[in-house]
Amino acid sequence: MASTAEIQSGLAEILEEVAGVAPADATPEKSFTEDLDVDSLSMVEIATAVEDKFGVAIPDDELGGIKTVGDAISFIEKNQ
Amino acid sequence: MNFNNGDVVVTGLGATTPLGPDVASTWDALLAGTSGVTRITDEWIEPFPAQLVARLAADPAEQIDRVRARRLDRSQQVAVVAAEEAWRDSGAGDAGYDSLRIAVVVGTGIGGAMTLLGQDDVLEAKGPKRVSPFTIPMLMPNGPAAAVGLAIGARGGVHAPVSACASGAEAIRWGLDMLRLDRADVVLVGGAEACVHPLPMAGFAAMRAMSTRNDDPAHASRPFDAGRDGFVLAEGAACLVLERADAAKARGAKVYGRLAGAGGTSDGYDLVAPHPEGEGAQRAIGAALRDADLSPADIGHVNAHATSTPVGDIAEAAALLDAVGDHAAVTATKSQTGHLLGAAGALESVFCLLALRDQVIPGTQNIETLDESPAVQKLDIVRGAPRTATFTAALNDSFGFGGHNMALVFTTA
Repeated sequence: MASTAEIQSGLAEILEEVAGVAPADATPEKSFTEDLDVDSLSMVEIATAVEDKFGVAIPDDELGGIKTVGDAISFIEKNQ
Repeated sequence: MNFNNGDVVVTGLGATTPLGPDVASTWDALLAGTSGVTRITDEWIEPFPAQLVARLAADPAEQIDRVRARRLDRSQQVAVVAAEEAWRDSGAGDAGYDSLRIAVVVGTGIGGAMTLLGQDDVLEAKGPKRVSPFTIPMLMPNGPAAAVGLAIGARGGVHAPVSACASGAEAIRWGLDMLRLDRADVVLVGGAEACVHPLPMAGFAAMRAMSTRNDDPAHASRPFDAGRDGFVLAEGAACLVLERADAAKARGAKVYGRLAGAGGTSDGYDLVAPHPEGEGAQRAIGAALRDADLSPADIGHVNAHATSTPVGDIAEAAALLDAVGDHAAVTATKSQTGHLLGAAGALESVFCLLALRDQVIPGTQNIETLDESPAVQKLDIVRGAPRTATFTAALNDSFGFGGHNMALVFTTA
């Protein structure tokens, strides 16, 4: 089980790799689309990378509800 | 509709090629006689009859930012590198053009084959859910044009002619038409190709179209030589910025030359083989000359398509002799660059403009014994070292599988 801090830093690594987001910017309140300029196709890539890193699959109908970095952290925490 | 919109000139050039990562280094290496051809050493090549390739001098993924590069197929990456150089070179981005009047025409022969094949490997190994969401925008043949359109903010139309190895030349002709029809004020045109992958290599080899002179890479591409045995696959891109002459002059733009005319035809003869006498090629060249309002005698230099295949070079020589004559200084730069397929016509147009600018004609390398066909014998083929000359008009012709023939005429400004 990854801790919240581990999930946040792991997610930050994914965001940097996929979308070029600086790790310091990947804070819980940030919106993927509004603040971090992550488009819908990149969200699909992020979901795949999350599954690889944390073993948590994000179903398509849940992916749309994940708006912020904090939403993603919570989803991974609950489902890991 | 207004069909009389004045002369069209070329104000910017860009390229990334096996000879160099930009126009200047490519041109220098071309004039120095450098070969871009090497032998593939990867393990997969072992059973392949044709093992030669002309790879890019610089990895395009290192010339653009990492996140952008990972969403672009290599064919798109090279297109963006060449387009951004041409756009900077032209200064058109700072000239106050309305983005609604900026257009892009960038062709490709094969498109995003590396993505298609790479993602097929992912599909086979890991299943459909692991296929990249960028697969389609990376493999589509309009991908290079679309990536370029995004890079320069073109909102006046993005187009992608696909006519195999004539695609780059067709893009230039299309750009000329757009300016003449007043569909845009500036058009970035060109071609892009990057498909060095086992499947295209195997497919071209199965056609017996590629050189198997594996032990002698630098001398494998030998257009018009009696011992030629096929082309060498190359990757790269080249772009040109086209504007109306009056607008370019008004903004004080540097002008490389005029795109004076263009012609395009189809053979209606065979899906792959060229017409043996180059009948469709002759008509394309004739159409380009009429369009430019020039006579054959005006053409001082020809950058030939000359891919180093046994059949193609002879047909082209016959067409050139008939449509241009024996006075023009002919060169075959694929002897050094290899064959950039859908980018070839664009790169060779860049070479025509630089030849006009510098009044120098690059030499054709690797001709040891000139082919004995009468047409090849009669042409004035520049061999070995470059030749200085005085000329005001240059012709570039390009042909593609499918019976596509394109001819472009450039003149001094």
